[in-house]
Amino acid sequence: MATPVLEKDDAAGRPEPGFADSPYITVTLRVRRFNPEVAAEATWEDFQLEIDPKERVLDALHKIKWDLDGTLTFRRSCAHGICGSDAMRINGKNRLACKTLIKDINPEKPITVEPIKGLTVLKDLVVDMEPFFQAYRDVMPFLITKDTNEPTRERLQSAEDRERFDDTTKCILCAACTSSCPVFWNDGQYFGPAAIVNAHRFIFDSRDEAGEQRLEILNDRDGVWRCRTTFNCTDACPRGIEVTKAIAEVKRALITRRF
Amino acid sequence: MSTTETTASGIGPVEGGSVYNVDNPAPLIEAPRKRTKKSPKSTRGNFEMAAWLFMRLSGVVLVVLVIGHLLIQLVLDGGVSKIGFAFVAGRWASPFWQVWDLLMLWLAMLHGANGLRTVINDYAEHAQTRLWLKGLLYTATVFTILLGTLVIFTFDPNIR
Repeated sequence: MATPVLEKDDAAGRPEPGFADSPYITVTLRVRRFNPEVAAEATWEDFQLEIDPKERVLDALHKIKWDLDGTLTFRRSCAHGICGSDAMRINGKNRLACKTLIKDINPEKPITVEPIKGLTVLKDLVVDMEPFFQAYRDVMPFLITKDTNEPTRERLQSAEDRERFDDTTKCILCAACTSSCPVFWNDGQYFGPAAIVNAHRFIFDSRDEAGEQRLEILNDRDGVWRCRTTFNCTDACPRGIEVTKAIAEVKRALITRRF
Repeated sequence: MSTTETTASGIGPVEGGSVYNVDNPAPLIEAPRKRTKKSPKSTRGNFEMAAWLFMRLSGVVLVVLVIGHLLIQLVLDGGVSKIGFAFVAGRWASPFWQVWDLLMLWLAMLHGANGLRTVINDYAEHAQTRLWLKGLLYTATVFTILLGTLVIFTFDPNIR
């Protein structure tokens, strides 16, 4: 809009679509639909909607679900990039629908929205996350200490020691990285970037004492050595975690531990 | 089914009549690919780490060996036209070139075989396919390495 205007009451003040100063544009959302009760195959379905390009893909999905087709199924909880529920493949790239603005992904062409790859699709954009969380559980993502007594004082840590694993504490378990990994796509046995990131978070934590066990788990045939450093995970991470670097650090720790 | 078009007011075709019902249930969703009894046992041991390290180290050595080999064979001193029985016989008279070629043979074959092993692991979906492809790969590798080693050590320049 060229001139600043007072914020008006939502429904009444909204400029009609098609007017010159309307911020609304027509966007086509091409959504991958799958309903196992109707058809065995997934199909593409196009939805046309008027939307402000400064809104997010999640808002567009809400518009579809609330106004156009209530059967559209997708996950979202906080809708602000923290809960990690709404990772999906938007225009062929794994992103969070709640952090992707329409204007940033070329609204001229149809915007494709698919479920994340490598996990079984249950319905529309909802996948079975169980294999993903299984790998997460397998790396024991919790503090382990040899001292089994309840601590009587806080476990202190220097700022440098905290900094060592700061990057990997940002993970929100959205599965954007793991489901962008071509090695995971094949047989799903690979631990996947997210599990390794969460192992890294404890392996390099000075307070934790089970780093050795976690390294041993990741030394598995389906552990870190299956990483092909394609950097898909680093590209996909909505939190900007340097995932491939974390995997490389675990590899290095494994090698320096042995030799 | 092809792409379906839905206008702003429309209701998706998915909501229409279902082809499946109680008597004709929809196919079951494929089981998630999680760890089951059938999935491979976790491995203890450092084979994968050794293989990973070997790829990096042999790669560095191979750069020197292969580029040197190509220079000698194809570029320096008249290029490819000089290569003949006499040229090979002359080089293999020296233990240095014997060791060079032997090292290159072993490293290149193991490096390539290990690379293909990871490709098979990544791309073959069924255990049976993996087994056969790897069997073929290991057979070919062992055969080539043994044959090449035999030739380098038993090469007779006076053969008729």
